[in-house]
Amino acid sequence: MAVTISIPTALRQYAANNASISLEADTVGNLLHGLIELHPDLGQHLFDEQGKLRSFVNVYVGDEDIRYLDGPDTPLKDGEVVSIIPAIAGGRG
Amino acid sequence: MVMLNNAEISRYSRHLILPEFGMDGQRKLKQSSVLLIGTGGLGSPLALYLAAAGVGHIGLVDFDVVDESNLQRQIIHGTSTVGVAKTESAKRRLHDLNPHIEITTYETQITAANALDLMRPYDVIVDGTDNFPTRYLTNDAAVMLGKPNVYGSIFRFEGQVTVFHPAAGGPCYRCLYPAPPPPGLVPSCAEGGVLGVLPGIIGTMQATEVIKLITGIGETLIGRLVLYDALTMRFRELKLRRNPDCPVCGDNPTITELIDYEAFCGIMPVQPKAQEEAMNVQYEITPKEVAGLLEQPNRPFILDVRNPYEAEIATLPVTDKLIPVDELHGRISELDPNVEMIVYCRSGGRSARAVDMLRAAGFTKIKNMVGGTLRWADDVDPTMAKY
Repeated sequence: MAVTISIPTALRQYAANNASISLEADTVGNLLHGLIELHPDLGQHLFDEQGKLRSFVNVYVGDEDIRYLDGPDTPLKDGEVVSIIPAIAGGRG
Repeated sequence: MVMLNNAEISRYSRHLILPEFGMDGQRKLKQSSVLLIGTGGLGSPLALYLAAAGVGHIGLVDFDVVDESNLQRQIIHGTSTVGVAKTESAKRRLHDLNPHIEITTYETQITAANALDLMRPYDVIVDGTDNFPTRYLTNDAAVMLGKPNVYGSIFRFEGQVTVFHPAAGGPCYRCLYPAPPPPGLVPSCAEGGVLGVLPGIIGTMQATEVIKLITGIGETLIGRLVLYDALTMRFRELKLRRNPDCPVCGDNPTITELIDYEAFCGIMPVQPKAQEEAMNVQYEITPKEVAGLLEQPNRPFILDVRNPYEAEIATLPVTDKLIPVDELHGRISELDPNVEMIVYCRSGGRSARAVDMLRAAGFTKIKNMVGGTLRWADDVDPTMAKY
């Protein structure tokens, strides 16, 4: 199952400056693990010490948050787009 | 119902002839009040468009003064108001733009102690701040008061916009992000940079949502997060849901009064313990002291932890190595722990993190140049560019 994962600006420096990466994966969890195998520096930015997705990082399949799907077990279809959306805070300065 | 006088009718005529808007919409705007938290990148277009549109009462909260480096994006301010309080600078411009509206300025930092009182008199709250503690504070206070919070946030070339309004059935900021990143993990605009027109786009989208909330026309962004990427010029939309377990807006809220948001975001108190301070001083050095050391035969090793493109703008007369702070962890082996070393960046923040990291890795002969190249320009070399 080839899917595309989009990397936000804030994390691109840990993913060889790629804006998106295509990988083979059947679930969101497998996709994210495949991603950090390719780019290990992303790991600490996506997962906490217990291996849980960090609370300031959201993952969407299409336009839906995986928290409201099946979390890491959410199945992926061929050609699906998965997005990592971290919290950003800029605006006043 | 408030009435419009003839001067207002001719001023707002392009609104009045919009069938969806009309006299009714314009009167609603005149009767409304909006509190803008932050009068910077997002606050500039927000305040200008809301004042021009005829929002009857605009409140401005900011504690900063206008700096030359603001003018690349903060279009409400100008060269003539550099050094003036941002609230005052904005008020002058808004009065000139529209004398028919009321402006109230609060030259203060929004805190857990004043947030509810600041927000209470206003119909709509707009979040144009630049840090996580203030964003969580603004969210929680708006939820507690049952007011809509028009949210916008930017980073480099990307922006996010939505409307948080649990009182109308929508989610809040904590439903989207239950907890903030630890300090230092996500760079600020001052560290990461921002495309000047980006807050113009995001702030103008926020202003659009404010006007729709007040007049009741159209479909607001409640429950939808719009993402904008200036580099690819793409807009995307994601679904947001209210989390029934949310500690602030959920079915059984556990946070019912404002908390210590600095602590919540993992930020240490400004006054560290005396002992810790003494420890830190040992690992600090001023630009003047560094300048003195550079003239000696056994000068220390100088490490720049900024990005290469920053070194092109301004750099110390001697730099032995450049390793961006985010790459330092993986490149520590390139450094010799046995030589005296001074670490610098633009303002001293990243270099302090680098020194902490290197100390943890066993480096002892290492010092952070406090104040970075900015202070070097002030104290040592006035010809150095400040950015």
